[in-house]
Amino acid sequence: MSRRKTDEEYSKTRAYRFFKWLKGEKDYTPSETKMDMSLLIPIADASTTVERMQDKQIAKERAYDEHSNRLLKFFNRMYRIVAVMFCIIFGALLIYNVSYLPKVGAVDRPTNNEVPARYIEKGIEETGAVNIVTGMILDYRAFDTFGESNVLFVATITVLILLRINKDRSRLSPVLSEDDPGAGDSIYEPKDDLILQTVAKFLVPIIMVFGIYVILNGHLSPGGGFSGGAVIGAGLILYVNAFGFEKTEEFFTEKTYKWISFGALTTYCLCKAYSFFCGANHLDSHIPLGTPGAILSSGLILILNICVGMVVACTMYTFYVMFRKGDF
Amino acid sequence: MTILQIILLIFLLVCAVSVSITRDLLNAILIYMSFSLIMSIIWVTLESPDLAITEAAVGAGVTSVLFFVTLKKIHAINIEKGTRELKDADINTEEEDGLDEQA
Repeated sequence: MSRRKTDEEYSKTRAYRFFKWLKGEKDYTPSETKMDMSLLIPIADASTTVERMQDKQIAKERAYDEHSNRLLKFFNRMYRIVAVMFCIIFGALLIYNVSYLPKVGAVDRPTNNEVPARYIEKGIEETGAVNIVTGMILDYRAFDTFGESNVLFVATITVLILLRINKDRSRLSPVLSEDDPGAGDSIYEPKDDLILQTVAKFLVPIIMVFGIYVILNGHLSPGGGFSGGAVIGAGLILYVNAFGFEKTEEFFTEKTYKWISFGALTTYCLCKAYSFFCGANHLDSHIPLGTPGAILSSGLILILNICVGMVVACTMYTFYVMFRKGDF
Repeated sequence: MTILQIILLIFLLVCAVSVSITRDLLNAILIYMSFSLIMSIIWVTLESPDLAITEAAVGAGVTSVLFFVTLKKIHAINIEKGTRELKDADINTEEEDGLDEQA
């Protein structure tokens, strides 16, 4: 029969500590243990700051002084020699290996097997895309492309987590001012550069139209969702640089990013979910493929291209905005 | 292999080596940009224009711009003063920032 432990005994067991930790209680309170809460380095005025910088410089110079430290001298020399040797050997090895590769376009290449043969022979018939590459990546291998779009989305989320500036922080630290080159980036706006603005006025519409063309003609001509999206993203970045964040905030905010990414990825998933579910070789989407060569053809590929393009364009722009400003 | 391709490949090699040799980070990015542009032309000659478009937009465009912004964040470019060296003023402001974070 188990005996109930006394409180004193129980407080020594691991279970007690575990439940205590689970509840969020701490073993000590800072006031009891008299923890030293004062700053280790007192906030210094400008003169001591300069002194400390000089001290740091002197310490650095002494630490890396080659004349008094023979081992360091030896190490520095050996480091250079070994680095150069390593580069040369590695490069030679790679070039030596390249000479064994089969020639470009040779018949007996190992990649020339039944898979590309089938793609080339039956690609247009089965996917309806004149551009075989797009037919491959958005029909035969649509699952891969879906994963890639999701990777971009996850990357953007990571950048948002890492680089987004909390707006309340500017209230806490009064250092943020336009005079300070370090802190001013979040409120720094591009200057009204006449040359840049004039060039952007001509170039941005052309870049945008080209990007849209590349996306919409992904199944007819070279390009596709990723290339077109990257072009549109680059155009947006140019626009921001020329005209400032105030102009872009009119049409692109955090909400826009959220809904475009969510909508595009969900549309992609819904379009292809049946195929993903039914296995690799399922291709019939029961959507008429149309005549190859027409813009409204090849079934779902056009929609998927637009989805991928939107995700990529938003990702590029969000990356830039986060790096530059830390907020939309 | 045509003469154009050989010239482009030589340029590519020169760019690749000089990126690693350059001490100035800003120059390294500019050389990297030209590397991407040459690479995109090589993609065209290798008959893959879709890759060329992507390379030109991502490699020469977006990635380099992100590098520029990062350099600005770490104070490697000082646009206002027209120099790229870390001056005493910058060191001081950095120090103040660090202190503020500690506080």
